Amino acid sequence: MARAIVEGLFVVDAEGVLTLLGGYSPSSGRHHFPRSEVCPYTGADDVVPVRLAGHGTLWAWTAVTARPAGYAGPVPYGFGVVELPEGLRVVGRITEADPERLSFGQRMVVVAEELPGEDGEQATVWAFAPSSEGGA
Amino acid sequence: MTGATGVDVVGVGLHPFGRFDDRTATDMGVVAVRRALAEAGVGRGDFQAAFCATAYGGVASGHRVLGRLGLTCVPIVDVEAGCASGGAALGLAASAIRSGEVACALVFGVEKMPKGLIRSSFFEPWQEQAGFSAAPPYFALRAQRLLREAGLTEDDLARVVEKNRAHGVHNPDAMYRTAVTREQVLGSRLVCAPLRLWMLCSPNEGAAAVVLRRADTATAGIELLAASLRSHLPGSVLDESTPLAGIDDTGIVPPTTLAAADAYEAAGLGPDDLDVVECQDTDAARELLAWQELGLCAPGGQAAALASGAHALGGRLPVNPSGGLLSKGEPLGASGLGQVVELVHQLRGAAGPRQVQGTQVALAHTIGRGANASVTILRRR
Repeated sequence: MARAIVEGLFVVDAEGVLTLLGGYSPSSGRHHFPRSEVCPYTGADDVVPVRLAGHGTLWAWTAVTARPAGYAGPVPYGFGVVELPEGLRVVGRITEADPERLSFGQRMVVVAEELPGEDGEQATVWAFAPSSEGGA
Repeated sequence: MTGATGVDVVGVGLHPFGRFDDRTATDMGVVAVRRALAEAGVGRGDFQAAFCATAYGGVASGHRVLGRLGLTCVPIVDVEAGCASGGAALGLAASAIRSGEVACALVFGVEKMPKGLIRSSFFEPWQEQAGFSAAPPYFALRAQRLLREAGLTEDDLARVVEKNRAHGVHNPDAMYRTAVTREQVLGSRLVCAPLRLWMLCSPNEGAAAVVLRRADTATAGIELLAASLRSHLPGSVLDESTPLAGIDDTGIVPPTTLAAADAYEAAGLGPDDLDVVECQDTDAARELLAWQELGLCAPGGQAAALASGAHALGGRLPVNPSGGLLSKGEPLGASGLGQVVELVHQLRGAAGPRQVQGTQVALAHTIGRGANASVTILRRR
């Protein structure tokens, strides 16, 4: 498995299953991502670490057709927001790059995707896949 | 007003917005500042503070402009607040006057946006590598949600472009001065569904300047009633702060609405009092969202407003008579002050073929990276 694209936002187990690392504030009753020192919504400093669910529903999506600065991966690529059962709307890559093949509320699973860096070295990032592809 | 010190706009100046390979940001700033000072009859020693709005200008951008004109020695502060930089600079200058600290202040904005793919220090390198760092994808997600929640279609997005580009035909300082049809807009290249190339404004170059002075209420003039700036409340995944996650944002008031509420309160006015508006149309959906965030229409009221032409020239409340950013392009530091220049021309009745009739009260709005939102209200006295 390639190195993580950034430290602290997710872990990948021996089977290649990626889990997003979030925080939960019991006093605010809210989850957040990435994990922060305090609850970003209330400022409460009682954050406990949590592992976020590996599935959710599709809330918004598009396909990026031009390569952004500093990005060396494939184009077009899917990009969107998935709503997790914890009530979090998380931004991420979508493995389906044809917007016509996706629909509001469809079930998505969290997967690991490998991308080339500008130095050519591969790195792992989280992505969302339609659950038929993800096998959940 | 309640006895507090009022602030007047006594001079405005613009360097056209576009692409100018032979000119630096400083060159353009010099043009805008000289025009504004000449209009105000203000020269060296007549203003006591200067604020320069810029996002990409770099260290001491304001000093470089005023140094060329022999106008240094006063305090010069560069202001960066993303697309709201101009509004933020205006607010600081107005506060300095209201406090009694200074009698006259110069506010200007300069920008020469990089060409092609813009690399912003706002994002971490890993976000660039992951493909998270371009703005249009976020705009597209927001547009998709707005279409769904407000019952709008891609054709409605094209109508906004058609409106603003029709206005821009009459603006000699705009980058694009040709009218486009809805069909042409919908036929332009798909950038990020549902947004097409012509639904997005072009980052570009330009400068704008405004001279503010303690109000002389005995004479006719243009008053700056409010210049409000707000940042975002956390929670909305698709706002201009571009977080990695958010929560159900029902009830989370967006920064534009926060800034508008402050400005309406300071001015003692509401949306029904407005005669002309310049608002942030980074993309066509952004303008439609601004209508509801500024209180120009109820949430979901955009389709009816589009159908009636309420916000086109000749309509009930024209929005972006200058052509908006969709016609002018967006030089970040100069765009908000460019709106103020337009509105001052409108309030003077000097806007030529794009003049809105009977203008008394005008509002300018910008929202961008940060998130930062600014709302400025002007009134003819």
